[in-house]
Amino acid sequence: MLKYAIKHILAGIVTVFFIATTTFVAMHAVPGDPITGAKAMTPEIRKNLEEKYGLNKPLHVQYAVYMGNMLRGDFGISFTQHNRSVNDIIKSHFPISAILGVLAVMVAALGGILWGSLTAIYRNRLPDKVLMVLVIFGVSVPSFVFAALSQLALTELNKRFGLTLLPVAGWGEPLHAVLPALTLGIGTMAFLTRLMRSSMLEVVNADYIRTARAKGVPPIKIFFSHQLRNAILPLITVLGPAIAAITTGGFVVESVFAIPGLGRYFVQAVQQLDYTVIMGLTVFYGAYLVFMVISVDILYGFIDPRIKVGKSAA
Amino acid sequence: MTTTLLETTLSVDTSLSAEVFAPAIKTVGVHSLSRPSLSYWQDAWLRLGKNRQAITSLVIIALLAFFTLAGPLLWRVDPAAQDLSQISQGPGFGTSAVVVSDTEVFNPTFAKELPQGTVSSAMALDSPQGLTTVSAPSTVAVQLKWDPVSGATGYVIYRKDIKPKRASDIGLPLAEIKDPKQLSYQDQLTLEAKPYYYTLMATLNGEESGNMTQLEVTPTQALKLADALKVSSSAQVGQKIGLPAHPFGTDYLGRDLLARLMAGARVSLFIGFVAPMIYIALGLLIGGISGYYGGRVDLAIMRITDLVIALPFLLFMILFRIAFGVGPGESGVFPLLVALISLSWTSASRLTRGQVLQLRESEYVHAAKLLGAKPLYVLIRHLIPNTMGVILVSLTFAIPSTIFTEAFLSFIGMGVVPPTPSWGSLCNDGIQTFLSHPHEFLFPAFFISVTVLAFNLLGDGLRDALDPRLRSTE
Repeated sequence: MLKYAIKHILAGIVTVFFIATTTFVAMHAVPGDPITGAKAMTPEIRKNLEEKYGLNKPLHVQYAVYMGNMLRGDFGISFTQHNRSVNDIIKSHFPISAILGVLAVMVAALGGILWGSLTAIYRNRLPDKVLMVLVIFGVSVPSFVFAALSQLALTELNKRFGLTLLPVAGWGEPLHAVLPALTLGIGTMAFLTRLMRSSMLEVVNADYIRTARAKGVPPIKIFFSHQLRNAILPLITVLGPAIAAITTGGFVVESVFAIPGLGRYFVQAVQQLDYTVIMGLTVFYGAYLVFMVISVDILYGFIDPRIKVGKSAA
Repeated sequence: MTTTLLETTLSVDTSLSAEVFAPAIKTVGVHSLSRPSLSYWQDAWLRLGKNRQAITSLVIIALLAFFTLAGPLLWRVDPAAQDLSQISQGPGFGTSAVVVSDTEVFNPTFAKELPQGTVSSAMALDSPQGLTTVSAPSTVAVQLKWDPVSGATGYVIYRKDIKPKRASDIGLPLAEIKDPKQLSYQDQLTLEAKPYYYTLMATLNGEESGNMTQLEVTPTQALKLADALKVSSSAQVGQKIGLPAHPFGTDYLGRDLLARLMAGARVSLFIGFVAPMIYIALGLLIGGISGYYGGRVDLAIMRITDLVIALPFLLFMILFRIAFGVGPGESGVFPLLVALISLSWTSASRLTRGQVLQLRESEYVHAAKLLGAKPLYVLIRHLIPNTMGVILVSLTFAIPSTIFTEAFLSFIGMGVVPPTPSWGSLCNDGIQTFLSHPHEFLFPAFFISVTVLAFNLLGDGLRDALDPRLRSTE
């Protein structure tokens, strides 16, 4: 078990290193450099700035400095926001994105399990057909369309009732999170519903279910302790990529709902070509996502008995 | 009981005669096929034909192809032509407009004398009387005039675009007039042919009195002569002329949305088709090499694949897109293609490798080799056709996901560059005015959703038809 975890953690470290290196190379391949075109400047100012940011040093030295800073957890200072460090941006805006992300993942996972089980139980009957049509829509409609449509619908509702049923945009109160979390989670929820349905259908007619039924176990107990428990396993394997999808989906949803999260900052930095923020946030997001995927993998190792059995062989 | 099974068998052998070994009489026609034999692809096509969803999707995709390829030939409107007299028009056919003179200069009416009297505070100012429009209000200009209020040092005008619910609901300030003698105002601020609610208040030294007068004005659709001459060369002032029709409305610069959707479809579908074809071909090549050679080459390729797969996709799409850069005058399609290809070949490569490894060891390939088939024949006759099904299915699923990615990136401004329309960038333009003019967002969003939906359903159908083993449990 320990070996399994260590193997995954090592692979994760290599991946994060690769992400940081690719980011460095990519950002240095950008035509021009961050200082050019910032403002009218004399060669002296330019020279001083280059010195300040270390841009006059050879590339491998810059790379070493960059990696050293990354290891110490220092992502540098924003180019466009006055005197603001990337760490500061992460510290103040990441928690918002994280809360939204966790809520969206919960919506997606719980919704996926619930709807997936329902469709499998009502297989080929009306609820199944209706839900599967909705699922196809959920997979096909981009999250920003859901976000905008829900905003429009809610604005109309609020107008109709003459009071704020749910806030349409902004952040701060718990109610603000309802709409963004739903729209952010809906695509992944549809995907998980599909997966849950097929994995549930495999389990529904398994021999051990028939045995349990023959023993006279009540259907509720069969559902919870036999069907659900076994059908959920494949869902956990895709939870890592699902978290990644929700995190990057947050870029758009946060912008549409005017939520001051890290995703919105990232999009702004990208639009303003704020180099240090782009580099810092890419590496940060990359490391975060790799961490999530590894956590899910290790969690899966703990939950799935088949991996424990195979540990001596591994 | 002493006779063993062997002995029994041997004893039977002795009774065999030569006739037993004579060739049997051929009975022609008994085992002939009652139906024509079907090839793999014919069978797949038949099965796809039975899938109503897949056929509907195919029809939708055919319509989209028609819309994209033949559309611009039938609807000859320049997607980049701006018409600032028709900004954010809703969808509809053939509106008409009255031509008004563009040389006419609005002369504000000034009172010669002001009513005598002073007031102690702004609160004491009366509400203005006689608020009316001067000439017929049109979308070119709404001209207001009113009677002077005694003691006022100026006036403020507010305008609201939707029907106010309360009296205090007066909208946004339009103008502040500091000359008490000026008793008229001309509003030329993006007028549309719909009701506007003007509110006028007198002010005392910049301080507003609470006593207001409201006026509802519905401008008629009008066009300045100079603009009208562009539409019809015989336009005259006072004449009513038909405006160019915009069945899907116009955007915030008065560009025809239908033409833009067609042009955007070309960009979105081009990226959606070309990128998956290239990266799946690349994956096929890399995965094929990996699976065919095996050993160290395989190991090295698979490690690289693992690393590329581990990169967070959208994050690196954005990063690569910035790194490749977009020069002036470029559309940004090429960098997007390069970024998509360099990040997306991995899944096709893994799939092909797995297929090749599996098929190489399959019984029918062994059988073919045993019967003396040459490697090239095995490759062409068995390996490639049997991978094609899986590859075709993954291509069908790669198209919608690429369209999705393009839309996402263009929506955050990291896709194609502004003058080039794509469905994603049209959505990005449309969301800015979404609450007031939803059609600008809804049409491109609808096209993205329908296209992705159609390809997803077709993919499902193809998977069921081509590969019964992968068939979703239904």
